[in-house]
Amino acid sequence: MLATVSASTTTVVLVLAVFLAASVEMVEALTIVVAVGHTRGWRSALEGTGVAVLALAALVAIFGPALVRVPLNPLRLVVGAVLLIFGLQWLRKAILRSAGYVGMHDEDAIYEKTVASLRAEGKSVGRDRVAFVVAFKGVFLEGTEIVVAVLTLGTSAHRLGLAITVAAIAVALIAIIGVIVARQLSKVPENLMKMSVGVMLVSFGTFWTGEGLHVRWPGDDTMLLVLVVLYALVVAVAIRLARKPSALATGHA
Amino acid sequence: MNAAASWFGRVLKGFGMFWWDFLVGDTPEITVVVLLILGVVALASEVGHLNVLAYVALPVLAIAALTISVARARRTKP
Repeated sequence: MLATVSASTTTVVLVLAVFLAASVEMVEALTIVVAVGHTRGWRSALEGTGVAVLALAALVAIFGPALVRVPLNPLRLVVGAVLLIFGLQWLRKAILRSAGYVGMHDEDAIYEKTVASLRAEGKSVGRDRVAFVVAFKGVFLEGTEIVVAVLTLGTSAHRLGLAITVAAIAVALIAIIGVIVARQLSKVPENLMKMSVGVMLVSFGTFWTGEGLHVRWPGDDTMLLVLVVLYALVVAVAIRLARKPSALATGHA
Repeated sequence: MNAAASWFGRVLKGFGMFWWDFLVGDTPEITVVVLLILGVVALASEVGHLNVLAYVALPVLAIAALTISVARARRTKP
């Protein structure tokens, strides 16, 4: 009974972490693709996107099966350390944004900036190389973070198939929403999503680093939930303590 | 042969730069504390067989890494 609860805890946190990480990165990638499409035409923008998606799929196809063959404890140790670093970087950024030290990630501003720089480039005849490259880079760079989350979380939990499926659903959902609402992606509470992903990545990182070093966690996998709650509380306190007086006045989340 | 070696060198450098940016970037303090975590927890768990110390030290040091990094950023972004 306890083992079933523990296993489902890991699965739920894994699904949430992959879904949110994929969604937040997809919002960023989609903003760039929509800006390229509106400014320079959809053909080259979609071609760049398609090639980037194929390159990302190839990364998963190459590294996924290879990572599955690595013994579990060394894999969890390395993945745990990478997730700790990655997750702590996300949390740091989210705390600094909420506390008013760094500007909030503004999709509208990014859209306008991308549009302005693309308009400054001369129009190409036939296939638009600039549009292709900007769309490819945007999708590939944001997508790499999704691939890292999928591969590290999926292989360490022995649920690579589930992680890939959840990421694909998140990417498809955001793409559909993006098509329907066009430029309204700025309404997505990106900092809150990034903060939630950071909390889950650090929790998994802590848990798997411990597993890799033969630490016996009290309550086994259920400890993952305790870590999620602990880190969420720490982040809430950190935002309150670090908050700038000016951020208090403007009501930063 | 030279062209191939130079292409391979560029790819290798690009790969190294990607991982450096990804794991160190502008937050070297986080990487250093995570390496410290690995050392402390390995010593406590594998050498000293101090399981409680290992599972307490892990999250405590992770929180310390976050605190140090946020404090450092606040100093540089007044």
